[in-house]
Amino acid sequence: MIYFLVGLGGIAGSLFRYLLSVMSVAIWGKEFPIGTLLINVTGAFLLGFMTNYFVGSNKIHPYLNTALTTGVIGSYTTFSTFCFETVHLFETGKIIFGVFYLFASLLGGLFFVRAGMKLGEQVKSTRSVL
Amino acid sequence: MKEIIFISIGGFIGAIGRFVISKSMHNNKGFPIGTLTVNLIGAFLLGLLFGLHVQGSLYSLLGIGFMGSFTTFSTLMLDAVKLNKENKKKLYYIYLLSSYTIGILLTLCGLWLGRKM
Repeated sequence: MIYFLVGLGGIAGSLFRYLLSVMSVAIWGKEFPIGTLLINVTGAFLLGFMTNYFVGSNKIHPYLNTALTTGVIGSYTTFSTFCFETVHLFETGKIIFGVFYLFASLLGGLFFVRAGMKLGEQVKSTRSVL
Repeated sequence: MKEIIFISIGGFIGAIGRFVISKSMHNNKGFPIGTLTVNLIGAFLLGLLFGLHVQGSLYSLLGIGFMGSFTTFSTLMLDAVKLNKENKKKLYYIYLLSSYTIGILLTLCGLWLGRKM
């Protein structure tokens, strides 16, 4: 059952990623992979938030938690596309874009996970006071 | 519409594959070896796919669906931040450095191999 739910989450995450990357290319073009960057940092934020917000709470069934975090957010964000796009930027001579992409994803990802965790913690503690 | 079906099938299998591998490789040392493994395998395979010039529906199924969903960025970041918070600084740097450098190197290997084939 849990495998099936993670799979369903995987469908939702993949389709949402596809939708955003198509929109990103339509808006900003193909010069720089801003779509994947946005997807990865927003996913990092959401995962950080959910991890701290759901932890130790009985608001959510553990299966649903895994389906949302491992399934939806895990599949929404991607590492393989990030690696390929970095290589592609370097191969096509866009060295500065490549370096920027690498560091923006690393530092942005770390920053947004922390920000999400912090917000999750805060929302949880205000809720428990009320 | 066809694209959506292919991406869904790939995304379904990819997410379950990642879940199974990271669960089976889970250990008590706190190093996220499962996520590292799926990310490195996926990086190599996506490079291979581009090297082979796979396009159209097959790319939607394998590239966008399967590899996109099999590999993950959010869990990589979350696990890294957790290592840092637990004061496992060495593991934190090893994890980030190995994900990024080996990931990019394996993508290059996949691309190179695909172009040769």
